Amino acid sequence: MFDHETLIKLLGLSVVAAPVLLLSVLGISSLVGRPLSERAIGRWVKSSTAAALLASIAILAIMLALGTRHAPIEVGSWVVIPDYHFSVKFVFDRLSVPFVILSLALCGTIGAFATRYLHREGGFNRFFVFYALFAAGMTIASLAGTIETLFAGWELVGLSSALLVAFFHERAAPVRNGLRVWTVYRVSDAALLVAAVVLHHLTGEGDFDKLLGDAPWPAGYAMLSSQQALTVGLLLLLAAAGKSALVPFSGWLPRAMEGPTPSSAVFYGALSVHLGAFLLLRVSPILDLSVGLSIAVACVGLLTAAFAALAARVQTDIKCALSFASLVQVGLITTEIGLGLRYIALVHMIGHACLRTLQFLRAPTLLHDYRTMENAIGTRLPARGGIWAGMLPERLHVWLYRFALERGYLDAWLTDYLVLPLVRAVEWCDAMELRWIERLSGAGADERSRRATPQASLDDLL
Amino acid sequence: MTDLHFAWLEASILIPLAGALGVGRLRRPGEARAQAVVFSAASFLCTVGEWLDFDWLGAERADDCWHLLAKTLGREPLVIDGLITPMLPLLSLLFLLTIWATLPNQVQKFSFGLTLLQQALVLALFSCQEPWGIVALACLGTLPPYFELRSRGNPTRVYLAHMLLFVGLLVGGWSFVELQGPGTTAGTILLAAAVLVRTGIVPLHCWMRDLFEHVAFGTALVFVAPVAGAYLSVRLLLPVAPSWVLSGVALLALTTAVYAAAMATIQREARRLACCLFLSHSALVIVGLQTATTTSLTGALCVWMSVVLSMGGFGLTLRALEARCGRLSMIGFHGLYEHAPNLAMCFALTGLASIGFPGTFGFVGSELLVDGAVEAHPHIGVAVVLAAALNGIAVVRAYFQLFTGTRYTSSISLRILARERFAVLALAALILIGGLVPQPGVASRHHAAEELLRRRVQLSLDSAPAKGTISKARPQDSQSATSTLQRTVPNITNL
Repeated sequence: MFDHETLIKLLGLSVVAAPVLLLSVLGISSLVGRPLSERAIGRWVKSSTAAALLASIAILAIMLALGTRHAPIEVGSWVVIPDYHFSVKFVFDRLSVPFVILSLALCGTIGAFATRYLHREGGFNRFFVFYALFAAGMTIASLAGTIETLFAGWELVGLSSALLVAFFHERAAPVRNGLRVWTVYRVSDAALLVAAVVLHHLTGEGDFDKLLGDAPWPAGYAMLSSQQALTVGLLLLLAAAGKSALVPFSGWLPRAMEGPTPSSAVFYGALSVHLGAFLLLRVSPILDLSVGLSIAVACVGLLTAAFAALAARVQTDIKCALSFASLVQVGLITTEIGLGLRYIALVHMIGHACLRTLQFLRAPTLLHDYRTMENAIGTRLPARGGIWAGMLPERLHVWLYRFALERGYLDAWLTDYLVLPLVRAVEWCDAMELRWIERLSGAGADERSRRATPQASLDDLL
Repeated sequence: MTDLHFAWLEASILIPLAGALGVGRLRRPGEARAQAVVFSAASFLCTVGEWLDFDWLGAERADDCWHLLAKTLGREPLVIDGLITPMLPLLSLLFLLTIWATLPNQVQKFSFGLTLLQQALVLALFSCQEPWGIVALACLGTLPPYFELRSRGNPTRVYLAHMLLFVGLLVGGWSFVELQGPGTTAGTILLAAAVLVRTGIVPLHCWMRDLFEHVAFGTALVFVAPVAGAYLSVRLLLPVAPSWVLSGVALLALTTAVYAAAMATIQREARRLACCLFLSHSALVIVGLQTATTTSLTGALCVWMSVVLSMGGFGLTLRALEARCGRLSMIGFHGLYEHAPNLAMCFALTGLASIGFPGTFGFVGSELLVDGAVEAHPHIGVAVVLAAALNGIAVVRAYFQLFTGTRYTSSISLRILARERFAVLALAALILIGGLVPQPGVASRHHAAEELLRRRVQLSLDSAPAKGTISKARPQDSQSATSTLQRTVPNITNL
């Protein structure tokens, strides 16, 4: 008979293995050019998600029954050489268990919804390959016991999100937006990777238990000085800001709504957008070491919430309005984390993710719902004006309206002052290179015209 | 030195060499392709045999049995060790897949004879540990692309100028080292410059762009993908160069990695994009090699293998697309996904593997490279991460532009052929298996890295009393290498 540790280990491995198996099945069948039928895909999605969800609920039940608050599962060392080790470890604690249950429950709901919503859609198989990539990434990131494992899951989530934004790839707009999302995610990934490596070098550990102390979350103490905590923490905040669309990276979130509704609901409305906040919660003992860092986190959160609240009021389509509404809550959650309210942030995150998923899934039938309500009450729904409308001076009112309509000029600011100067500089180097090659080769007019490059580049795509 | 059970090395080189002579005479391209596949496959099997034999022997270094070449030349030029053994089958596979996946509409323009000659020269170069042999083979290896440029009537000046510079620097550099001993400033600087030219380090990289522009994609691919500059660096430069020369090379390579990655994000033609990605990845390998800590060296050796595999696959996928649609511009969207979803997946997979995406062969290598770079200097680590981030943007941008958009209209089927499917699946399988089970590969690379550092420390110790000029390896070069050395040279600590 199994003891409870073995049972938790087996169940824990099942939680991770089920989405990975789903990804393997869907990925390999697509790679060899033999995609599964819709029905088979639906069965695989439902069974694997249900298996992982049940296993995670069983772990929760066992932990509650035994009073265990922290159950690490060592899978083993993936790579070991004398100066470096990469261990695969998963942790079940008060942070990861609720988050993984939330992820799997929402993934399961969306999986079931999408099998009908995308029935006979050309990209049905492609959607579920990306979905499986996302589910595997979320599970790995949620349960990661080392920062390297978290990074692996983090990257899987990023790639699947960007590809899903570009799901309707016959049109240019979703693809452009997908590239924009991917670009922001790469910045975020780079920040997380540098933070991971710096942490590894400062403490010699990538294992959260050793890095942040083995006391159960949210207790723990990082063995870093205040200055080190500030440096690492700012990198982690940058990573979280990119992933959770915090200011100044908020522009990608409404763009992500180009994807199919199920993916918008589960990824950008509920799960993916909370992953940055989850990261901050996971490394919260580092935040405790630096007051400046905590203030920075709280300020970024507040700024994001204020900006999103303003922008949400002028959106003209329901998915964008919901995305900004999501962002308001994510900003508030981040502020709570900065203020040290860990449990409140976790509960807020779970509640918000569930509500927002429901709202997104109802979004396609919004007009129908409104008509139903109006028919029921026998009149039009009352138009609500903002309480500030009459109190603000006219000029400020107009300015705020334009500011909100232009989404705080965040995208324009990033494009004009960061991306375009870099692109122009690189294009100038490119042109100089071509001239140098022409001079070296003694190319004639024919050769030059053949080499001439048309004027379109990354900035057009962005 | 241990003898292998068969003359695997000589066979793997002589078979494609004989094939080059035979295939070069054939008039019908289809027949040439079929025969080239046979010769290349036979060579590939020999390299696999050599790998398995070496592994089974468990030796540090081994050479062929019967010593046919040694009897002719007076000494054994072909010797393999742990560093190079797994590389040979990988390189051979790259040549085989390039030849095999050549489509009927490409066979007229692709020279199978020169490709087989290139295969023989690359395998000979990588199997050779005699310095002058390496110098000679590296110089000879520059000839096949030149012949192709000439035969196509394309301008050769850019390529020729750079390769003549390379040959001059390499021969001059090693002559100085031979005359003045290891650590000589002039010799190592010349050698370093030769490595920089051959790898395409900025500002000596223009030849690579010109080559991609003017030869068949397959020819450019097999010339660039093996990263021969890295081999020269490992065998000729790393053992003898003072630390400050290595640091200089690392700095230039780092600049190139970021610069080429940035260039890749704005390219408007697929070939130029591939060229920039090759440049960036080759430069990253050189960064890791020149940083010369055990971790970074292990990472660089892993990334080197990953680059051969992933960028090779990436290049083959682009070549397959070119065979269908001609030169691919990176403006607008081509909408090729519906025609070739497998190619799209392979393109994404190989591209992501090249940037070290989780689950692929490059992931652990990239982690090690960044880790080692941060260990050497935090700014290097940040720059390596920046280069990887930019490469990632370039790869996904290319994927979107080639495969998304309104469906490409074609009067003929653009579906993937069986031979292409096999090629891409073979590469995808290697990338994924290497990514999911990285320990054997990483352990072997780590062993090779320690051996390289041990040789470097050994050489510095050997030459220091005699010359007094060579700067000693840095203390942080490798504790493990030093400990290995302590076992072989008991009084190292007193020295």
